[in-house]
Amino acid sequence: MSNMLLEGRELHTYYGASHILHGIDFHIRQGEGIALMGRNGMGKSTLIKSMLGIVRPKHGRVLVRGDDYTKATTYRTAQQGIAYVPEGRGIFKSLTVRENLLMSARAGVDGQRNWTFDRVMETFPRLGERINNGGWQLSGGEQQMLTIGRALMTNPDLLILDEATEGLAPLIAMEIWRIVKEIRKTGIATVIVDKNHGAVTSICDRAMILVKGEVVFDGSSDEIRANPDLIQKHLGVGH
Amino acid sequence: MDFATFLIQTLNSLQYGLLLFLVASGLTLVFGIMGIINLAHGSFYMIGAYMAFVLSSATGSLVWAIVLGIPLALIFGAFLEWALFSRLYKRDHLEQVLLTYGLILVFEQLRSLLVDNDVHGVDIPAFLGASIQLTDVLSYPVYRLAISAVCIVLAVALYFVIQRTRLGMMIRAGNDDRTMVEALGININMIYRVVFALGVALAALAGMLAAPISSVFPNMGGQVLIISFVIVVIGGIGSVWGALVAALIVGFADTFGKVLLPEISGMVVYLVMAAVLLWRPEGILKKG
Ligand SMILES: Nc1ncnc2c1ncn2[C@@H]1O[C@H](COP(=O)(O)OP(=O)(O)OP(=O)(O)O)[C@@H](O)[C@H]1O
Ligand SMILES: [Mg+2]
Repeated sequence: MSNMLLEGRELHTYYGASHILHGIDFHIRQGEGIALMGRNGMGKSTLIKSMLGIVRPKHGRVLVRGDDYTKATTYRTAQQGIAYVPEGRGIFKSLTVRENLLMSARAGVDGQRNWTFDRVMETFPRLGERINNGGWQLSGGEQQMLTIGRALMTNPDLLILDEATEGLAPLIAMEIWRIVKEIRKTGIATVIVDKNHGAVTSICDRAMILVKGEVVFDGSSDEIRANPDLIQKHLGVGH
Repeated sequence: MDFATFLIQTLNSLQYGLLLFLVASGLTLVFGIMGIINLAHGSFYMIGAYMAFVLSSATGSLVWAIVLGIPLALIFGAFLEWALFSRLYKRDHLEQVLLTYGLILVFEQLRSLLVDNDVHGVDIPAFLGASIQLTDVLSYPVYRLAISAVCIVLAVALYFVIQRTRLGMMIRAGNDDRTMVEALGININMIYRVVFALGVALAALAGMLAAPISSVFPNMGGQVLIISFVIVVIGGIGSVWGALVAALIVGFADTFGKVLLPEISGMVVYLVMAAVLLWRPEGILKKG
């Protein structure tokens, strides 16, 4: 258990009166990759936000490296080496590309500074061409690269990507996948939410499927790929 | 209007506008970034003026009063943010208006208890006491030039902090998306506290600088508050550069209005505001 990074235990989260998460258990270890799957509205984003303290679960606990972070502020949880790329991107539009990256720069939990401005530039050459552009001038793909680059500037141990390829042209999405694979190889743990089940399950060793705020599957990605029924039943479009 | 009069009025407009900028810049930041309507912001100007009076009486010099007053104002601002304003971020505007209006009354009462209800003068520091002779009869006080110079230096410093430092990047980012700033591991509450304390200190400094010119009197923050809100609206909520341009427009409109259109001088500033808002409903420079 010593390499446990982030854990959610028995999480129940509500938006007003609507009960969204029904007692979810989640855990991720150092270096692990998890594909977090489920149809629209099943609670994937809510689970992530609950663990980061962006929304507060009504019951349950959140642990980071074994310590209780249930009531911690979002910034303190993030400082434990957790970087979050939200759905809808969330770049800072009034900052330039360079400023978006510099404002988040920080050493990792162990003081590591593997991800520098220059390394992010090497990883995302397209951002280099746009370095002094304002955030509002970027295409969707460039915005996504910027949010991922910005997350890496915090030298995280865990990178959470919520719908990183949503709405992107196939070629751009492929480029993002290539980069995510590269990041995985460096040993950063990742939680990836994405509609492209083939891509996520090939990048992540483990997979979780949520249905209506409950975990219906938690196992290896291989198992999912060997069971098309599972995908059809829980992830297929329609019912 | 002859040239010397014109020059004097121009310098007065600049000095008045720049002084208003010190007050309005904090107001627009707190409004734009933290979403708080702070009616008590004018009180910080009043408190600054009274600090100038009390501290310069005690130390013998306005310069010492300012040197002591600025850190006091910063501490006071940080304390207020911690004790009261941090509780207001998620409240609606009506509750903000109620609390901050209440604060005006509290501050005025404290002023009455701690000092008194009289009008007081504050001496100009001796080394700035001279005047520059423009013609045989017209001269311009060095002290007013010094105020303008201090304000220009501060405006440049503010520009540098907001545009060039990481703190400034975080402040602007907080304006775009507060939650995302936090999710990057940045303590946004601390940033808000710094911004608020800075706003209080700038308003208090404006009051300290103005004290020798306007003298020090009860409720002196009220007029400044209203004109500062006019500036925030003209400049665009949250825009410091908009506030600078708007403060200068208001400074010129008010000063020249009094000279050229004395019958309606009280209205000129508001007419300008109405004209700007018809032209640009969001203000001259919205956010940035
Ligand atoms: N801020 C909110 N207020 C109220 N209800 C919300 C809010 N955010 C999400 N919901 C609801 O909570 C449920 C779960 O939403 P969530 O965003 O977690 O789903 P998701 O699995 O991430 O879906 P998607 O694939 O569409 O992103 C949905 O029914 C959604 O309508
Ligand atoms: Mg989602």
